[in-house]
Amino acid sequence: MYVAVKGGEAAIRNAHRLMEDRRRGDRDVPALTLEQIAGQLALAVDRVMAEGSLYDRELAAMAVRQARGDLIEAIFLLRAYRTTLPRFGASLPLDTATMQVERRISAIYKDIPGGQLLGPTFDYTHRLIEPSMAADEPVDAPERRAAQDEARPRVTDILGDEGLIEPDGEGIGEPGDITRDSTDFPIGRDMRLQALARGDEGFLLALGYSTQRGYGRNHPFVGEIRVGLVDVEVEMPEVGFSVRIGRVQVTECQMVNQFKGSAKEPPQFTRGYGLVFGQSERKAMAMSLVDRALRADEFGEERNAPAQDEEFVIAHSDNVQATGFVEHLKLPHYVDFQAELDLVRRMRRAHAEAEGPAEDYPEAAE
Amino acid sequence: MSAFAVAPPALLRDAWEPICGALGIAPVRGPETGLVMLRGRVGGGGAPFNLGEASVTRASVRLSSGEIGHAMILGRDADKAGLAAAFDAAWQNADLRARIEDEVVAPALALEAEAERRRAEETEATRVDFFTMVRGED
Repeated sequence: MYVAVKGGEAAIRNAHRLMEDRRRGDRDVPALTLEQIAGQLALAVDRVMAEGSLYDRELAAMAVRQARGDLIEAIFLLRAYRTTLPRFGASLPLDTATMQVERRISAIYKDIPGGQLLGPTFDYTHRLIEPSMAADEPVDAPERRAAQDEARPRVTDILGDEGLIEPDGEGIGEPGDITRDSTDFPIGRDMRLQALARGDEGFLLALGYSTQRGYGRNHPFVGEIRVGLVDVEVEMPEVGFSVRIGRVQVTECQMVNQFKGSAKEPPQFTRGYGLVFGQSERKAMAMSLVDRALRADEFGEERNAPAQDEEFVIAHSDNVQATGFVEHLKLPHYVDFQAELDLVRRMRRAHAEAEGPAEDYPEAAE
Repeated sequence: MSAFAVAPPALLRDAWEPICGALGIAPVRGPETGLVMLRGRVGGGGAPFNLGEASVTRASVRLSSGEIGHAMILGRDADKAGLAAAFDAAWQNADLRARIEDEVVAPALALEAEAERRRAEETEATRVDFFTMVRGED
């Protein structure tokens, strides 16, 4: 028999106090400032903003600090914070074609108009830990070179001019919103992209990788990756026009994929799209691979790989949901387990009776 | 309004007193912090989709001279949103407009352009200049 009990208040209080102490660590070491986190752990902050689905560097830095660097915990904090705020409206769609580019590369065209700009990247480094990281050695200011004001069209628009690639397509009406509308599968590509943009980087990376290894292969090329600042414009009914309220940094990936054509469409390149807050190329690339894989039906492709299964991908991409359900297992399940224990005992009795008289099984839980 | 939104808070703070110090500011709405859903487009140019939210702060104020001004800025700086709304109101006053243009709008846009130029030049230095290897015969 199980009797409900209460308790643990003091233990929980002291555990949180202990956690707070461990979070702060050695008091002789200066505390991290938000500027240090946002400035020197910028990509961690970017990931928290992207998957927390809230663009606010300072808040994300606070969350990283509070979560002791546990990024999924920090993402959870940011998600919880956003639920406390009213939504004033939606921005005009960000125009990535007019982005102030900080990095922009194409793996399919060497001589793209506007150039290949490497920007601040880990690519081409040797991935060796620098001994200088153990100290605080001075860092050189970046090199500068006079910049001409030139257009940087999206590579997909260049291919588009020849009709070799599927167009962006058009859409009218309000896009769906997974934070407000129910997700009855199948959902539209708009809601899929929203889910992928806030989806777990590791999960999407693994799914994208699986498509490359043959589970839903779709022959991808990086048409273009661009990282930079885009204007945020909002319609303000008070004044009757749209106003630029600031800028955000985003990463965009255009994945270009082969398509042999169908009865309706001539052979052409198809596309997967990735757009993520902050500088996060791995996430944007993974997103675009998965976006393309999820479009299998549009191109009459066989759907037999995990990355092509919309419900499987979208329902499991959110790491806050995932961690909530996995981690709840560590909360008390005393009553559930008691019921299971009783069930197993009864089954063993029935099993033993069916087997005929035999030696008693000692019960481990007793 | 965009210039006030992108101006550093200190620029607005320091400029208010000398230009508009005689005016009283009364709040009409806010400043209040909330969210704006940022949208992208499928493929970059197609149908809109919801990318994720950003924190914003908006304010509306009325000056003692009667003008009403509005502001919305990215982030959660309530003081800055209030000041941006106050400048939006004061800018409507023809007597103040020229000074606000010269001492607030122009410097704010110049600071933004300077940061933009610096970023562009730093990025430009990372441009790949391809050259063709000439195969030697010896």
